[in-house]
Amino acid sequence: MWKFTVRRMLIMIPQLILLSLLIFIMAQMMPGDALTGLIDPSVDPETIEQQREKLGLNEPWHVQYADWVSGAVQGDFGQSFRFKMPVTDLMMERMINTFWLSLVTLIITYIISIPLGITSGRYNDTWADQAITSYTYIGFATPLFIFALVMLWIFGFYFGWFPTGGSVKPGLEPGTFEYILSRFNHLLLPAISMSLIATVSTVQYLRNDIIDTKQKDFIITARSKGAPESRVYNRHILRNSLLPIAAFFGYELTGLIGGTVFVETIFSYPGMGQLFIESITLRDYSVVTATTLLFGVAAVLGTLISDIILSIVDPRIRIK
Amino acid sequence: MEVNNMEMEAKTQESSQSPSGLIILWREIVRDKLALVSLIFLVLITTFVYGIALFLDQSEIIKVDLFAIHEPPSKEFWLGTDYGGRDVFGQLIIGTRNSLSIGILVTLMTGVIAIVFGLVAGYFGGAVDNILMRILDFFMVLPFLMIVIVFVSIVPKYSILSFSLIMTAFLWMGKARLFRAKALQESELDYVQAARTLGTPSIKIMFTHVFPNIYSIIIVAMTLALANNIGLESGLSFLGFGFPESTPSLGTLMSYARNPQTLEYRWWIWLPAAILILLIMLSIRNVGEALKRATDARQRRG
Repeated sequence: MWKFTVRRMLIMIPQLILLSLLIFIMAQMMPGDALTGLIDPSVDPETIEQQREKLGLNEPWHVQYADWVSGAVQGDFGQSFRFKMPVTDLMMERMINTFWLSLVTLIITYIISIPLGITSGRYNDTWADQAITSYTYIGFATPLFIFALVMLWIFGFYFGWFPTGGSVKPGLEPGTFEYILSRFNHLLLPAISMSLIATVSTVQYLRNDIIDTKQKDFIITARSKGAPESRVYNRHILRNSLLPIAAFFGYELTGLIGGTVFVETIFSYPGMGQLFIESITLRDYSVVTATTLLFGVAAVLGTLISDIILSIVDPRIRIK
Repeated sequence: MEVNNMEMEAKTQESSQSPSGLIILWREIVRDKLALVSLIFLVLITTFVYGIALFLDQSEIIKVDLFAIHEPPSKEFWLGTDYGGRDVFGQLIIGTRNSLSIGILVTLMTGVIAIVFGLVAGYFGGAVDNILMRILDFFMVLPFLMIVIVFVSIVPKYSILSFSLIMTAFLWMGKARLFRAKALQESELDYVQAARTLGTPSIKIMFTHVFPNIYSIIIVAMTLALANNIGLESGLSFLGFGFPESTPSLGTLMSYARNPQTLEYRWWIWLPAAILILLIMLSIRNVGEALKRATDARQRRG
């Protein structure tokens, strides 16, 4: 097992290097550089040139790349052009918001998908299974942003059950119970919208896996030994089918990244995804570079976590 | 495929010759009512939007008319007008055509890359396969949406072509991996070994021996990818990083809904586009699922 984990982590290193190189190249292609965010245009060209020299912007690209990477590792992403503050400080609050949104989304996803998947697999080809299968079928073909828009339209505007933007009601004292309740209320609708689409693949996987396992020899053995139906399911089938679901956690995380960009934009929820879209629209490129890098690293780590958990759960993978 | 054909033959007893891949695909669609209805719907809507678009003047439709801003649906404007007084119904027709076009274009381009990649990696195997798969792994972990958005906003002289090229560059991996797995399976079979022994050039084996045996899977994968690509285009246009407003698409119509006023009070601008995207994606999926069953003899219906 250790062998696999170490090898898997070694693969991650070139991936991270390539990712940072790609983002560095993109950053170079963006108009303007680290300096455009710091100065106002009235400063005379000579001072700008001195500043450029001081910041190392006239160095060859590999030196600049090394500087940028070592800065990024230490959490220094430069200055935001729009907010006139360090990118790291700007991202902190947004990152916490996105973290909560993702966490609630994941929890709701599992709360919905596991019972649905089990029902669908255990009682396959009944009306309940058919209803669940139709839901996953339609859910697969529905783009998240359309679904989220319709949810906002119906539950946010038409019924008015949920707030239609922001992360907290203005004027509340942080730390109070009302503040926490308001935050939860604000992220509930985006999280539900995202989970109802995200559940689809888990439900389908669980259904197929349970139907597959049901026909295996060890289940027939368990039944013929007289194990009650509940024991057959809880001890024998679910133990087999639920473990991979736990392992998909990392892939889920990777999938959430794209989702937050849409959902945060639609619900004007101040998280990383919204920050990314705002910054790129306003050409605040140092923020764009930093958010892209962070999301990229999160995606790499998510896949890594899933691969490792999967190798623990399913020893066949390690042999490859 | 060989085995599937033999099964079909034994079951149907219709002909002495086993049916070709295309005929099997077609039969499965005809047997599945939902897929057949979906296919008819798709054919109708495609001929309709491409046909009508010949008579519609795009510049006429996207011309701003300040006397008709945000008109609700009426006899003159069937689906009302947007904030520039532009007819939504006309934009919907042109938009559907543009969305379909870019979906098909991206699917074809990614398909070509994936086929070549899959055949080369699967046929040669070994070190070639290893290197190619590491490249693929890297592309797989990239945060697709963000990278595409960044490229769209920094490319100089942005156009529809560069948009489809950017999408293609980051969308070929899933199919490539599937085709490579199939080509790998196929390349281990005796007929490929025989062709190799006879000294047939690799390129000929790949494209005239292996390719015909995996093309039903390719068709299925491309059909399902088409649905996804149409969804992705509309998603990117919705965020403002796809088609510009001067070239309407289903996504640009949706993007008006980013204005809360439009979302709340002017449903006629975005709801028809949303329904149309859903219907098109569902129909393509229905057809794709039927085709998928056809490639697996155990799942065929009848």
